[in-house]
Amino acid sequence: MTIAVRPAIGPPAGTDPGQAGHARQALEARGIVKRFRASGKDVVAVAGVTLSVERGEIYALLGANGSGKSTLIRALSTLLEPDEGTVTVFGLDIRKDELAVKRLINRVSVEASFFKKLSAMENLVYAGRLYGVPASEARIRSRQILVRLGIAVTRHDEPLEKLSRGMQQKVAIARAFLTSPALLLLDEPTTGLDIRSKREVQTFVRDLRDEHDATILLTTHDLDEAERLADRIGVLHEGRLVVEGTAAELMGRHGTRGSLEDVFMSITGRKIDENEPSEIAGER
Amino acid sequence: MIGEVATQAGLAYAFVEREVALMKRYWLWELVWIIYGIVTSLSVAFIGIAAPVISGNAVDPSTTSRFVLYLLVGTIAWRFMGLVFENIAEIIAWERWEGTIEYTFMAPVPRLTHLAGMAAGTIVRAVVFSVTTLFAVMLFIPVDLSHANALSAVTMLAVGTVAFMGLGIASAVFPMLWTEKGLQMAYIVQAVVLLVSGVYYPTSVLPTWLQALSVISPATYVIEGMRRALLDGADLSALWPLVWPALLVGVLSVPIGLRAFIAAERYAKRTGRLKRSG
Ligand SMILES: Nc1ncnc2c1ncn2[C@@H]1O[C@H](COP(=O)(O)OP(=O)(O)OP(=O)(O)O)[C@@H](O)[C@H]1O
Ligand SMILES: [Mg+2]
Repeated sequence: MTIAVRPAIGPPAGTDPGQAGHARQALEARGIVKRFRASGKDVVAVAGVTLSVERGEIYALLGANGSGKSTLIRALSTLLEPDEGTVTVFGLDIRKDELAVKRLINRVSVEASFFKKLSAMENLVYAGRLYGVPASEARIRSRQILVRLGIAVTRHDEPLEKLSRGMQQKVAIARAFLTSPALLLLDEPTTGLDIRSKREVQTFVRDLRDEHDATILLTTHDLDEAERLADRIGVLHEGRLVVEGTAAELMGRHGTRGSLEDVFMSITGRKIDENEPSEIAGER
Repeated sequence: MIGEVATQAGLAYAFVEREVALMKRYWLWELVWIIYGIVTSLSVAFIGIAAPVISGNAVDPSTTSRFVLYLLVGTIAWRFMGLVFENIAEIIAWERWEGTIEYTFMAPVPRLTHLAGMAAGTIVRAVVFSVTTLFAVMLFIPVDLSHANALSAVTMLAVGTVAFMGLGIASAVFPMLWTEKGLQMAYIVQAVVLLVSGVYYPTSVLPTWLQALSVISPATYVIEGMRRALLDGADLSALWPLVWPALLVGVLSVPIGLRAFIAAERYAKRTGRLKRSG
């Protein structure tokens, strides 16, 4: 793991978030509401989330299945338009400055989504081009990132469908890193990875923040991962952000035996009373 | 300004490169489509050659040869425009199936650039298909191109291609709005256009009410124009009455299609239709 990745993932020219605005907040979401209409019934997937992530911070979102994590991530990455609320990324409004925001962000979804017949390298070069990374540069960087994530060079030019699910997930992570996002949204990035691969990805995420000033918002079902990686943790429950704080703070407040699992169980176990005041200041 | 155009061209090229790479990886399927196209064109041409036998009347060889070319122009030009239409109409459905749609729509690429890139990629494919078909057919059947005006024919096809791009973009909206049945709607549009555009016969043989539809299909003008160019050597000024209606469809359908596409994209992002799972 001594491969120099610094040149591989520095921010490309013109996308320095410093130029985009002087905002200290990398991400600022206010009062996000997202409803879906499915088979005649309204589902409130996100029910008024206010959240901000500071530049250089790693923020982990926890929550039970269906609590709205992926929906929130999609709303933050321009893939869903919120019914209510505003989002700014480094001070840029996600709707008004859509193209500029898109240049600053990238997202990794739970399922690795690729052109299955194309190789990892072809998929990455294509993705790089979409973000203005020249093909020659994309090739060099991709090799470095893939190797660093533990994918041997011999696999880089094989059709992606021949790679295991975990390997595909790593290629998906490489794709996001390749475009040097200032704000990286990771939706369950390590789900389906073995323990070693998980660690490799976690180390890489941390390096990305430490070495390249990236801000990271991730969702996970792995509480150890959240504790190990995140500066702050938020828990979504039925579309609301019900607690937020450092791992230690959360455990102090909710953990009967002082573990994050207790926190999770105690928060997601109870039914939220609509009228119960939220613990988070500023949440409506 | 020039720098901006170069940037956008670079972004659009990503889609061309991707489409070519996909063609290579799916080469066996591409081969199937090419062979299918060749066989269709050949079968239609043989109908022309068999005309004397089928009708029981003697037909002089020059008339037969003209009949064969008449049919071939229809089948090959239709295949070209049909491919352009299909490829573009399938943009959404295809990427949904591959699972890449969210990545494409999240990329910092203006929609116009995205669609221009896809259109360019699709033209590469249509040219490869049509030229291969033409040469393959000429191996089996003598094709008399001695009177052909190639410039007029190519211009006519180019105008038709623009019109079908616009119609394709507009039809790509269906799969965006109806995830389950949108693509089927696009194919029905295409089938109706085939029927009314005089691909294998003059539109005058159609029932009157169908002829009304052929007036609005750009393929009607393009195929008629290409026939006049390739059979009788008509030049562009003689073809102008056929050029302008097809051109008009393109001039209208491209911007309208683009607007509809962008509106549908917003609607999909509001209702969560871009992609559901995960
Ligand atoms: N595109 C959509 N259309 C309709 N309903 C949706 C859509 N996307 C999400 N939902 C609904 O919104 C709710 C929240 O789903 P979401 O995927 O955000 O949860 P999640 O926290 O990511 O869950 P998981 O941990 O299982 O990934 C669910 O009830 C889901 O069915
Ligand atoms: Mg999810």
